[in-house]
Amino acid sequence: MYGGGNVFEAMKATALAEEDPQKLAEFEARIDRGEKIEPKDWMPQLYRKQLIRMIEQHAHSEIIGALPEGTWITRAPGFKRKLALMAKVQDEVGHAQLLYSAAETLGKSREQMIDDLITGKSKYSNIFNYPAFTWADSCFISWLVDAGAIVNQVANSKGSYGPYCRALERICAEESFHLKYGHHCVIHLATGTKKQREMMQAAVNRWWAPMMHFFGPSDKISVHSEILMRWKVKMASNDECRQQFLDMYVPKIWELGLTVPDENLKKNQETGQWEFTEPDWEEFKRVINGDGPCNKERLAVRRTAEERGRWVREALLAPKAKYVTPLA
Amino acid sequence: MNTEALKELLYKIADDQLILGHRNSEWTGFGPLLEEDIAFSSMAQDKVGQSWQFYKILNELGESDPDTVAFMRNADQFHNCQFVELPNGEYDFSLIRHFLFDTAELIRFTMLADSTYEPISQLAKKIRGEVKYHTMHANIWIKQLGSATPESIQRLQDSLNQAMPYALGIFEPSPFEDDLISSGTFVGEKALESEWKKQIKEIIDQTELDLPDMDSLTPAFGGRSGNHTEHLQPLLDEMSEVFRVDPTADW
Repeated sequence: MYGGGNVFEAMKATALAEEDPQKLAEFEARIDRGEKIEPKDWMPQLYRKQLIRMIEQHAHSEIIGALPEGTWITRAPGFKRKLALMAKVQDEVGHAQLLYSAAETLGKSREQMIDDLITGKSKYSNIFNYPAFTWADSCFISWLVDAGAIVNQVANSKGSYGPYCRALERICAEESFHLKYGHHCVIHLATGTKKQREMMQAAVNRWWAPMMHFFGPSDKISVHSEILMRWKVKMASNDECRQQFLDMYVPKIWELGLTVPDENLKKNQETGQWEFTEPDWEEFKRVINGDGPCNKERLAVRRTAEERGRWVREALLAPKAKYVTPLA
Repeated sequence: MNTEALKELLYKIADDQLILGHRNSEWTGFGPLLEEDIAFSSMAQDKVGQSWQFYKILNELGESDPDTVAFMRNADQFHNCQFVELPNGEYDFSLIRHFLFDTAELIRFTMLADSTYEPISQLAKKIRGEVKYHTMHANIWIKQLGSATPESIQRLQDSLNQAMPYALGIFEPSPFEDDLISSGTFVGEKALESEWKKQIKEIIDQTELDLPDMDSLTPAFGGRSGNHTEHLQPLLDEMSEVFRVDPTADW
């Protein structure tokens, strides 16, 4: 799951000056024609760099995102939920695997990417720095955080880099099942006993602000990314994704008798745009820069897993047996 | 057919699958590499799903519904062997347990595929196909890590030594052993154990690991009659934490 929005750093105006102008023109013409760029094709350094950054952050978001929901696998109530949540979180880890592979086609190894994650050099989706206190929190994530991720990922799957688009198509298909599972869980809580309804409402209240942050800062204040839009690296603006999400899901939340903790939230019938209280972007910045409720814990877990698994990875590099035929 | 004997057999299989499936699922997000994270998660789903099917057969024999049976019993009502309830430890222990337990499982389900009790034999035929992949996975990893670096070999050897008395506890005889054998429901724990010893030796012999002298070990029995280590009850408390908030609610 990944909402994007925060990935692009400011670019120098001179970044393209060193590129061969003819190759650059051909590259841009290919993108204009809707062709996909493949790993061995020529591409500007800036394109490569920004794609690595984006795909890597997406991959990190998948493995870190497995943590807040993963804690609920061992507590899921009943066989149906237990099995579905296991499969769901497994999918997320699988997405990380797909995405690291896609990023590797651009020349950065998985080990290097994971090192950059655990040293804090590389970021992941801000929303996973918040804790999942109750079962209802995990249901909120499965439904609405995944829904938000789909909005972003469907847009990006129409981008210009072939391996990333293909990974995203598969990921979106799986995410759509997550969303169905999450919606099913939320329906049961929202229409269940008094206690269940209270749990669900409390989760919506807790997660609404991080959810609004999920798509990244407002276009008014976010880093200029015109060239990335032209190159089809970034396919929709933060505000476009946020509006689409609100349009699709606020009515569904209200339909279940749940409320959204923002009294200014309403759709302006004239403009067709949702209006809402401006999210606290200072908090967003603070959390993404490491000072959220769970940043330290999430990275510590990942770091520990890497350290505990090091001997296994080393042993894999010292094979005595060679497998030349498929085992199954 | 003696229904008590049948239930005892079904409960121990179902509880083994549920508890080990639960333990396997604890690796989600923590595996030594992504591929192993995903593999343990797959095996967890298979095992928990298999336990559900066995609880459904028990339900048809008059026991409570699967969710109630799985989420509302206490440790002393569980019939799993102690081996499956032990904490995951490091990857070496989880891998050794996966190898030792799943080898036994594959043999058990292969034997049960010939059971005279139709619901068991049908289910065993299906599960046998799933568990086959679990043992292939285990065998590859045991062969790889059991012959790779001094550290990987030492770790696996230590875990093997630690696990073995518990692994022998898988084969704790049922009070209904004779009934099960004579009715053709199951060929019995003794036959299973002897085939298991042969098969694990075959794999271990291809590594630099040494199989402990099993005859000198005291098997960790007790699990089948509800005597468990201190690790099972906390696992069950965690598993049922949400379910018990309101067992009558629809989650």
